[in-house]
Amino acid sequence: MGNFIKDRKPQEDSWTPYTGLEDMDNLPSGDVYVPFDEWKSSRDALLKRNSRLGVILENTDNVAELVEDFDRLDLVVLQFPKMADGRAFTQARLLRERFGYKGEIRAVGDVLHDQIFYMQRCGFNSFEMRPDQDIPTALGAFDEMTVTYQPAADEELPIWRR
Amino acid sequence: MYQYSQEDHQLLQERVSQFRDQVARRLKGDLSEDEFKQQRLRNGLYLQLHAYMLRVAVPYGLLSSEQMRTLAHIARTYDRGYGHFSTRQNIQYNWPKLEDVPKILDDLAAVEMHAIQTSGNCIRNTTSDPLAGVARDEIADPRPYCELIRQWSTFHPEFNFLPRKFKIAVSGATHDRAAVAVHDIGLRLVKNDADELGMEVYVGGGLGRTPMIGKLIREFLPPHDMLTYLEAILRVYNKLGRRDNLYKARIKILVHETGEEKFRELVEEEWQQVKTSSLRLRDEDIKNIEAHFKDPEYEKLSDFDVDYDKELISDPMFANWADKNIELHKKDGYRVVYLSLKSRNQPTGDVTADQMDAIADLADKYSLGAIRSTHRQNLVLSDVKLSDLHSLWQELTALDLATPNYNHLTDIISCPGMDYCALATARSIPIAQALTERFDAYDFINDLGDISLNISGCINACGHHHVANIGILGVNKKGVEVYQLTLGGSAREDASIGKIIGPAFTADEIVDAVSDVLDVYLTNREDPEETFLTAYRRLGQGPFKEKLYG
Ligand code: SF4
Repeated sequence: MGNFIKDRKPQEDSWTPYTGLEDMDNLPSGDVYVPFDEWKSSRDALLKRNSRLGVILENTDNVAELVEDFDRLDLVVLQFPKMADGRAFTQARLLRERFGYKGEIRAVGDVLHDQIFYMQRCGFNSFEMRPDQDIPTALGAFDEMTVTYQPAADEELPIWRR
Repeated sequence: MYQYSQEDHQLLQERVSQFRDQVARRLKGDLSEDEFKQQRLRNGLYLQLHAYMLRVAVPYGLLSSEQMRTLAHIARTYDRGYGHFSTRQNIQYNWPKLEDVPKILDDLAAVEMHAIQTSGNCIRNTTSDPLAGVARDEIADPRPYCELIRQWSTFHPEFNFLPRKFKIAVSGATHDRAAVAVHDIGLRLVKNDADELGMEVYVGGGLGRTPMIGKLIREFLPPHDMLTYLEAILRVYNKLGRRDNLYKARIKILVHETGEEKFRELVEEEWQQVKTSSLRLRDEDIKNIEAHFKDPEYEKLSDFDVDYDKELISDPMFANWADKNIELHKKDGYRVVYLSLKSRNQPTGDVTADQMDAIADLADKYSLGAIRSTHRQNLVLSDVKLSDLHSLWQELTALDLATPNYNHLTDIISCPGMDYCALATARSIPIAQALTERFDAYDFINDLGDISLNISGCINACGHHHVANIGILGVNKKGVEVYQLTLGGSAREDASIGKIIGPAFTADEIVDAVSDVLDVYLTNREDPEETFLTAYRRLGQGPFKEKLYG
């Protein structure tokens, strides 16, 4: 078991990322996720596969474009190129709250235990932790704080309306 | 004042115990400085030139006497006996020891204070008018809105890793005492022709290396929409703000590069999606928060007090102070009193532990137990009876807090500069002191009237030099500290960015240069009523340049 956490538990990861080198018709078997560009260009071929499908977005991609494929996408991967780069927080909230995406939203990249509390509030439910991260510490971070003020993916109302 | 809920308390306790663990791990060597850095910055702890610096939030500049006593206790027990009030209405301690910081945070939490979001690329402590709730020119009390922003922005899950820090100011009066135009977002409460309350929304103001005045992107936002609108602005910024260059990451650059019109469209478009969300404030949400800021029990008094008038006549020192450091109050028979933190004997904004304790006592005795901090680095007692002014003045004088210079030349804003700050390129405190020494003469200050002079120790502009009538910026030129002079700035409702007048001056020359600038004003003003700023705007740079370099 590596550095993968899903639904608050360390788990094996069943997904294989498409690296950009494979031939689209010859992807590894099992669940794969592909860059959003590949998804758009090879959508039909991908949909014929007999496995679960996911996409990985750039921070500049517009999540609204995924909406029509929600029923075929079991995973959306969002990236944290640097810890300080918080664009994926917005992408996750929009996916969950505005567009009602129900599948897995995964954080990859510079994923540190410091961000986990915020990530889960924005709707992330799986995390590929940076390899140097201590997994027990990361698991503890989900309950780092018990008080939340604002509405987010995990909470419908602001504190003053609860 | 806002009374903490059980949740507010719980949150602080959780934060402190978490930080205590982290400090323990750091001290044992389990956490590297690099790993610890993120943690400490999220708790307001900076590493400065000589030591750690702890920045404590004073939400919208409001303090109870009990809180002030705790600040005194911290200064005395864990620091070198003083604290420093900053231009963001916060207080900073310059010498805490790392192992003491959890204890300090405990002490703060006990009086509903903390250092959360006083650093990092998040929404910082909201600032406001130090006269909120008591100003005669008030349209509406900004404090309930500040408190709502505090709650909304505290550990906001989406906006804790923004491109850069984010500062919001709210003002509710005709005169802007909160410098809303130089904040990332500035809100001004206004009334429309139908006498309804609304907000002007300014975005993209700021100082630093690219000073800009905020753009008015919405002229009348119903207060119920404040938080949804803020959420829309922040979301646009989080998505599109630049992350490739630290110096271009503030929202002012985004607004500038996108263009005001386009930026407004982006915000409006996003707002359409969120404006009916649960963040939209209902009448009762606003009322519930307003209930925390109800007027205290004021006595029914006349705005005329015979004894006070006699004291003014018999005691010219008192009269001079009263002329400068007192402002009208919305209730007859009360006054607002400025406590100057700009005496000759202490660096700008510094207050000793003993002074803090004494201020707390004075607040209890004369001003319903409340104190406010101002963005010009002074303190305010907001509810003093006319009949108490003379006694208060005597006590303040004994404490060296009665320098009669509010909004006058020696009411200098100065950042800590080279004496404390790791980023400084020049000293600023000694320059402020040299200027005070030179110009402290009572008649001269009186004659100059309303004027502002600010000093920053580097291009980051924490001393707000761009928006001073006379601004001084210390830079390092080939190993020598030199000082650039800017003229014509303002941080009020007529906000403007000052312009550099010409080549910089050395530390030895800068005081004379300021003196020359003042001479030009005094010789050229139309009459004593014409302020420095008005005269400068009329005269332009010409006569000043000529005197300085001619
Ligand atoms: S202006 Fe520069 S020197 Fe002064 S406090 Fe800010 S960073 Fe430090």
